[in-house]
Parts: sequence; C-alpha cells; structure tokens
Amino acid sequence: MLKTLHSQKKIQLIFGLIMGIIFGFLLQKGGVAKYDVIMGQLLLKDFTVIKIMLSAVVVGTIGIYLMKGMAIVELHPKPGSFGMTVIGGLIFGIGFALLGYCPGTISAAIGQGNLDALLGGFIGILIGSGIFAHLYPRLDKVLQKGWFGEITLPELFKVNPWIVIVPLCLLIIIFFYILESIGL
Amino acid sequence: MGFLTLKVWSPYLVGVGIGVLSWFTFLLSNKPIGCSTAFTRTSGMIEQALSGKAVADQPYYQKFPAKIDWEWMFVLGIVIGSLVSALISGEFQLRLIPSLWMAQFGLAFFPRFVAALLGGIILGIGARWAGGCTSGHGISGTLQLAVSSWVAAILFFVSGIITARVIFYGLGG
Repeated sequence: MLKTLHSQKKIQLIFGLIMGIIFGFLLQKGGVAKYDVIMGQLLLKDFTVIKIMLSAVVVGTIGIYLMKGMAIVELHPKPGSFGMTVIGGLIFGIGFALLGYCPGTISAAIGQGNLDALLGGFIGILIGSGIFAHLYPRLDKVLQKGWFGEITLPELFKVNPWIVIVPLCLLIIIFFYILESIGL
Repeated sequence: MGFLTLKVWSPYLVGVGIGVLSWFTFLLSNKPIGCSTAFTRTSGMIEQALSGKAVADQPYYQKFPAKIDWEWMFVLGIVIGSLVSALISGEFQLRLIPSLWMAQFGLAFFPRFVAALLGGIILGIGARWAGGCTSGHGISGTLQLAVSSWVAAILFFVSGIITARVIFYGLGG
C-alpha cells in the first residue's frame, strides 16, 4: 500500500481532480452525459449505460482483486441493510427516471452545456442531499432494519473471490454477446 | 490524436477505461470512484453560508463534513473533463431541453425544469438513503463485489425502468 502517498492531502486533492477529469472525459465520449442515452436505457431501447457499467465491472473487478491479492490495495465495500439499500435504491430509481441523469453523469452533462442539468437537476440534488441530512437523525430505525453490513459476495458465499469473479465475468460477456446479436 | 476528437467512443472501450481508472483510484488514492457525497458536502457548505451557522453539530455532517475532499475535486474534474471532451469534438452546445424530452413533451422549458428539479430532489434523497449512487454503488461497489452495491444497483434500474415507462407511456404502458 502506498500509505505515504495516500496521506498527502494536497497531492490527493490534485489526484482527485485529475482522475475526475479522466472520468468526465470518458463519460462524455461514451454518450452517457446525454439525457436521451440514459432515458434510452431506462426505456430499454439503448443499452449504452449498461454496456459501460458492466465492462467497467469486468475490468475493475479483475484488477482490484489481483491487486488485493498482492496486498497493494484495500477494499471499501459500503454497508447495507434492507431499510437502507432497498428503500434507498427504489427512491433513487424514481428520481433517476424523472431527472434522466445521475450525480456523476449530471456533472458531465453540465460540462457539455445541458442547462436543464445545471438549473434543474443539479440544484435538485443539492436540495435532496440537504433534506436527507436533516432527516437523518430521525431515520435511524429504518436505516438499521435488516442490517447486513459491509459484506462482499465471496464472503457471503464463503468462497474464494475468483469462484465468484470468473463466472460473473463470463456471464457479463455472454450478455454482451446476446445484446450485440439482437442488435441492441 | 484524431481519436480524442471523435464525438463518440465504443461503450465497451469507455467501460474498460473506467475500469482501469478505478485501479488507479484504489492504488494511488485508496478511494473508490463515487460522486454523491460531494453533493452532500456542497449542500452543507451552502447551508453554512446561508444560515451563517456551522453545520458541524448536525449528525450527518459529522459523518460527511462540509469540506472539500478528494471526491469533491473528483466531481469538479468530471465537469472539466466533459467540457474538454465536448469542446474538442465540437459537441459543446448550450441546450435547455434534451431532444427526447422535446419529442415527447414539447418545447416548453418549465415542465422540463420542474421534472429535473423534482427528480434531482428525489434522487438526492435516494442516493444518500442508499449510501451511494450509480458511481459509488453501480460501478465501484459492484466491482468490489459488495452485496449492498449489487442490491442497490439492480434496484436503481428496476425502479428507474418502471418509473420511465410510467412517465413516457402512462400507467397502462
């Protein structure tokens, strides 16, 4: 682990900016900064969003778990619970379809000049985040309901990670093959 | 360098690029790619500026202090990176309404503004409720094989697909 590098705050802020620039560049080139492409995915007419996300998952998972095996990275899985993940996920989806962008892609949409993203959605997300921060002390019980914590799939099934990774990546590649062969 | 000025890249290539980028965020910064906590921090900074009081006594801002951090810079970078990509490919254009919306709901900006604002509010609440968004759960969480992230990412799309059908085709769709 590059612990010294990780603890250098100023350098890390610059790294954050540079990595964000690369991410924004890729999102714009992928077309997912566009409302039409994101809604095309939610209407199941255009599978660009899923193709990007799942190919990132294949490449990312293999690399991260190889580096974890070499002990040069550590994982940061997010905690989950029924009340948090399921309810939050469903709320998010409603907003996602109404807005037609998500927090990352809306930032890219702003960069390419979409004013509905800047004037409507961006301000909306800030308001929504603020509302949640104020509700948070009262949501404790709901968020804790059905707690399962920071567990990963290999830990859940009590297997070596590669027992999950290899079939998962094969399934994703088969899914891509099907998508391409039916012209989506 | 003609490659960089293309309007669109293959989604698979972009996905591979994001996957490789995630190796470097973990290796060099010990961070997964994520976006939605930057909005929480910004919201806290704005509330602090408007009310004149520190928000640090609120439990949620103790968890996510209203300060500029790696992820905040990352989100700023997204705007810049997209701007650069759009400018060099001639794709940059100030647009009020996306064309798919226009074809379905007409030319008026106000309905689109209301849908985007309301959608943003609901999405902002949902992202913080679930503890992540399409980046933090959908990409970084799933590639770590986190159970929470696979559940969240699947539900983002299930709920989004149902809502999109209702919006575009009505309840009968």
